[in-house]
Amino acid sequence: MATGTVQVRFFARYAELAGCETTAVSVAVPATVADVVRQVREAIPGAALLPERPLAAVNMRHVRLDAPVNDGDEVAFLPPVAGG
Amino acid sequence: MHEDLPQLSHEEILRYSRHLILPDVGVAGQRKLKAARVLLVGAGGLGSPAALYLAAAGVGTLGLVDFDVVDRTNLQRQVLHGTSKVGTPKLASARERILDLNPNVRVETFETRLTSANALDILRDFDIVADGSDNFPTRYLVNDACVLLGKPNVYGSIFRFEGQASVFFAKQGPCYRCLYAEPPPPDLVPSCAEGGVLGVLPGIIGSIQAMETIKLILGVGEPLIGRLLLFDALKLQFRELKLAKDPDCPVCGAHPTVTSLIDYEAFCGVLAAPASDGVEIAAADLGELRKGNPRLIVLDVREPHEWAIAHIDGARLIPLSELPERLGELDGHAEIVTHCHHGVRSMKALEILQAAGFANVRSLKGGIDAWSVQVDPSVPRY
Repeated sequence: MATGTVQVRFFARYAELAGCETTAVSVAVPATVADVVRQVREAIPGAALLPERPLAAVNMRHVRLDAPVNDGDEVAFLPPVAGG
Repeated sequence: MHEDLPQLSHEEILRYSRHLILPDVGVAGQRKLKAARVLLVGAGGLGSPAALYLAAAGVGTLGLVDFDVVDRTNLQRQVLHGTSKVGTPKLASARERILDLNPNVRVETFETRLTSANALDILRDFDIVADGSDNFPTRYLVNDACVLLGKPNVYGSIFRFEGQASVFFAKQGPCYRCLYAEPPPPDLVPSCAEGGVLGVLPGIIGSIQAMETIKLILGVGEPLIGRLLLFDALKLQFRELKLAKDPDCPVCGAHPTVTSLIDYEAFCGVLAAPASDGVEIAAADLGELRKGNPRLIVLDVREPHEWAIAHIDGARLIPLSELPERLGELDGHAEIVTHCHHGVRSMKALEILQAAGFANVRSLKGGIDAWSVQVDPSVPRY
């Protein structure tokens, strides 16, 4: 099975939890966004607090968790924000 | 031009002269603005610039929903309110400021918390809703009410140095629930009161909400429907997320399961606060207790930068996030009183300590703020 590298980008609170805004993650391809979420939650201390079903975007396009992820894609996770 | 749109007075023609000479606004557009009814949910950080710009632009009717009084800590960002209004209702303060800015605006105030019981009645009479609320239950409530009533929800929200804005209009694009079907766990995302916010940030995001509202009224340009604007103040960077409508969305999808307003506090889990009976101690009582028990540990679970603003003499600092790993530093037999800023995080610390077997733990009710008010005024409030 081939391995791909995706660039993961955390926004706002998620970046604080993960301790970084971007990081490269290796996943077995073909993969889905859900695979990346799992990988991130396991591999990055702090990111374990991310919800299992976060708002996700592949290449800045909002996708569902079953959306495919390819080598070189950027996968972004965006927390809800409520401040006003 | 619609004959039923209101006419402009000579004063208004002069006042709006820079609009009237814009090809995309003109007299027809200005009359649309005058006829428009916009509801602002929240007269705080986002609602302030939105209300000021919408009033200045000549939106005919501005509705405001808020139930708070002006607090000194609001003034750093809530530019609707002045120092002389501290302690007075926000809506009275807002009305006075808006009418001073533009007496042609009709201000309709709803001095109440927006709830499932009143939201449809309040929103029904408005064309556009601008959500500047500050909590998740109200975010979901405003979204669902707008979907049910078929109204656009001009959305903005802020966190520390980052902001989001969009236009959720389910007739033409996704709604808030298409993005965030499930609310976050209550303690995942701190509020502005807990997490802080740079004062200019709501100025930028609230102004974007005003801009989008005006574009919707005029019917010009490309509204933020189907796009989530992400603003990073530290990088001064705008990014944009292309949004997709969720066909399975519980409120705007093909087969909605939410067809009337629900209990949003329960939905967001904010009612699940732990029972605080007997585990909280009043500030005055803690003052007395310390005199009688010098071994008592006052455990401050705030962040080091908060400690630097103000702290209780003799307290020990272990931030909440580090507490689970640093339990070994505490004497398991000592009497411990946890404290934070207002008494929320200290309750979580209490749970952690109790779960680890600490038997004699209480939490300072109202936090260091109550300590300053009731016991030691030399400790500054923040």
